Amino acid sequence: MKKLLVSPSPHIHGKENTRNLMRDVVIALLPTVAVSIYCFGLSALKLALVGVLACVAVEYVIAKFMLKTKVTVCDYSAVITGLLLALNVPINTPWWVLVIGSIVAIGVAKMTFGGLGQNLFNPALVGRVFLLISFPVIMTDWSVPANTLFDAVSGSTPLGIVKEGLAQGMTLSQIYAENNFSYAQMLFTRIGSAGEISAIALLLGFVYLLVRRVIRPHITLSIWGTVFVFSGILWLCNPEQFTDPIFNLLTGGMLLGSIFMATDYVTSPMEPKGMVIFGVGIGIITILIREFGAYPEGISFAILIMNATVPLINMFCKPKRFGKEAK
Amino acid sequence: MKTFSIGGVHPHDSKISANAAIESFPIPEVAYISMGQHLGAPAEPIVAPGDKVKVGQLIANANGFISAPVHSSVSGTVKGIETIFDLAGNPCKAVVITVEGDEWVETIDRSDKIEKEIKLEAKEIIEKIKECGVVGLGGATFPTNVKLSPPPGKKAEFLIINGAECEPYLTSDYRVLLEMPEQVLIGAQIMMKALNVTQGFIGIEENKPEAIKVMSEKAKAYPQIKIVPLKKKYPQGGEKQLIDAVVGRKVPSMGLPIDTGAVVQNVGTALAVYEAVQKNKPLFEGILTVTGECCPMQKNYKHRVGTPLSKIIEAVGGVPETAAKVISGGPMMGKAIANLDAPTLKGSSSVLFLTEEQTKRKEESNCIRCGKCIEACPMGLEPYLLNKLAKGHRMDDLEANKIYDCIECGCCQFTCPAYIPLLGTIRLAKADVMKIMRSRPKK
Repeated sequence: MKKLLVSPSPHIHGKENTRNLMRDVVIALLPTVAVSIYCFGLSALKLALVGVLACVAVEYVIAKFMLKTKVTVCDYSAVITGLLLALNVPINTPWWVLVIGSIVAIGVAKMTFGGLGQNLFNPALVGRVFLLISFPVIMTDWSVPANTLFDAVSGSTPLGIVKEGLAQGMTLSQIYAENNFSYAQMLFTRIGSAGEISAIALLLGFVYLLVRRVIRPHITLSIWGTVFVFSGILWLCNPEQFTDPIFNLLTGGMLLGSIFMATDYVTSPMEPKGMVIFGVGIGIITILIREFGAYPEGISFAILIMNATVPLINMFCKPKRFGKEAK
Repeated sequence: MKTFSIGGVHPHDSKISANAAIESFPIPEVAYISMGQHLGAPAEPIVAPGDKVKVGQLIANANGFISAPVHSSVSGTVKGIETIFDLAGNPCKAVVITVEGDEWVETIDRSDKIEKEIKLEAKEIIEKIKECGVVGLGGATFPTNVKLSPPPGKKAEFLIINGAECEPYLTSDYRVLLEMPEQVLIGAQIMMKALNVTQGFIGIEENKPEAIKVMSEKAKAYPQIKIVPLKKKYPQGGEKQLIDAVVGRKVPSMGLPIDTGAVVQNVGTALAVYEAVQKNKPLFEGILTVTGECCPMQKNYKHRVGTPLSKIIEAVGGVPETAAKVISGGPMMGKAIANLDAPTLKGSSSVLFLTEEQTKRKEESNCIRCGKCIEACPMGLEPYLLNKLAKGHRMDDLEANKIYDCIECGCCQFTCPAYIPLLGTIRLAKADVMKIMRSRPKK
């Protein structure tokens, strides 16, 4: 007699699984990787490969030899961390610095908490911030390798230029005029890390994630909304001191962070109301750091700070229950 | 188009047996008529071995307020009152009858004539439904007469007939709507009379356009009944979800449908009510879908209650080679059959064959906190959290997070990308929490 399976309902499962969701995030990052290779040449490809390989290797070694648990590197989550980390550092970053970043990202921020799904902070961001603090010179050297699209330009990111200019007592209109800033240039290619140069490519990834229903729009849109409103108010108060909202949305890691890092499942709230609170918090902290802090860019810190509040947000933001409370 | 407001999922509807017209399944040689075919206490047999019985004859009395009488589905000699095993393998009492011929009780009107005029009064209708052993055929098999008698202080405002059939694969209600639309409408009208309401709705999902068309056409003669097309979404056929979808009212937490003024009955139940009240025919037959991609034949059978499932499976060529699981009911809420010799019941709706690829559980991985279970839960609960709390046996927290509201639809587990058996854990914990809640002294 043939043996039959017997188990409680449900007896069927939807098509989604962790691996496919993570792979979709990798696919959504591909346009950005492609643009970075187009702009920076093979060094961008090298960085991406080093990041991915290092993260996967670190996770494999820790899971297999130290924790002796099941190795789950095939779920693409380490690939995402590696890619994001590579997209977050300047193009001239030496490979060994990226490897150190990967060890911190996967080893410290992810595996010590228990691996996928258990970490409190976004691993790629922990890696990036660790590198920023440990290698401040390398991490802020935005010069461009020779023979690339950006040959003529060198030096600093738009946010860095603004911060520096303001510190020297210049007004924004002077800074803008001196550096020929234009929105068109910011939309497609601008100086920055590989993940920052093309707003179009990042937005393409955002649309893909939404269409594939990998993420919900709440977090990203509430970050953008908050940044727009908050920096808009400051800008209206003093347009010579504070940058305008569009500039804030298009520069720095704003898009990469709001689309790919803040929406990380593991480290963001699970319920729409919580997502909005989380996004608003990130928006406010980012602008505070950008306009009043010492660093030109603040979204990495903003996301990490808000990551810490997620358990609390999850506890207080309950979904709308069906039906009123019984009498 | 209307639908319920929170959560839900979209499994492929797989209605591959939709075009198979209802066929009468041959009467078995021996019928095993279970005493536990309804929610509540099992019925008490009133026949003894050696007794001759006819089709439709009362063989067991209801045993309490929430219980239902059982009638013979065959004619012949009572072989004995035996302990048999139900489809899950649990023992239950059954009247076993050796079939001889097909002789019906004379009072049953076996003609095909559709009886439109409702002669009985409200009280008599409810009494008739009770006598005929009619129970809800949407899954819970709750005695229909009890549902049609709202508790004191509650007043029904309208009747909703559940034609959503939101479970994939099932097509028995669809076939009834197509082949016996008038009977369903009259059945609804009878129940409306019993409830003293003048408004009735029949909710049908949009993936059954033929049924919507036929019913809308026939319903023209019944101005009090409105056909409501619904967007396809599981679990639309859940009582609370259906009321929300059709009239936009929400049953309160821990409340009953009647708290919104609604009484919900299934299409199959409406047909059974029609047959009981207009034709004097007790409930001893049912419509059963036999289906599955791996099954060579797709059937909708009218079966006599007590037919061994194995006979029905034999008729479609036995359990298919590639089938790994046989399910009674739909793939979302049905029960896996452990005992293929178990007999059919009043509420049997299908025999579904699924292949290993379709049904085998994949290895569970870590929760990635994607929140998809929260998005899918039609009751607005947090399945990931309930699962976590249940594993830690945190009963107070489970209660505070309303585990008792879970309708066990399975949307969370269906949607979980980490293949975590969420409902499995939640179902067990819910039973424990409910036990604790019931044990508390009432205020």
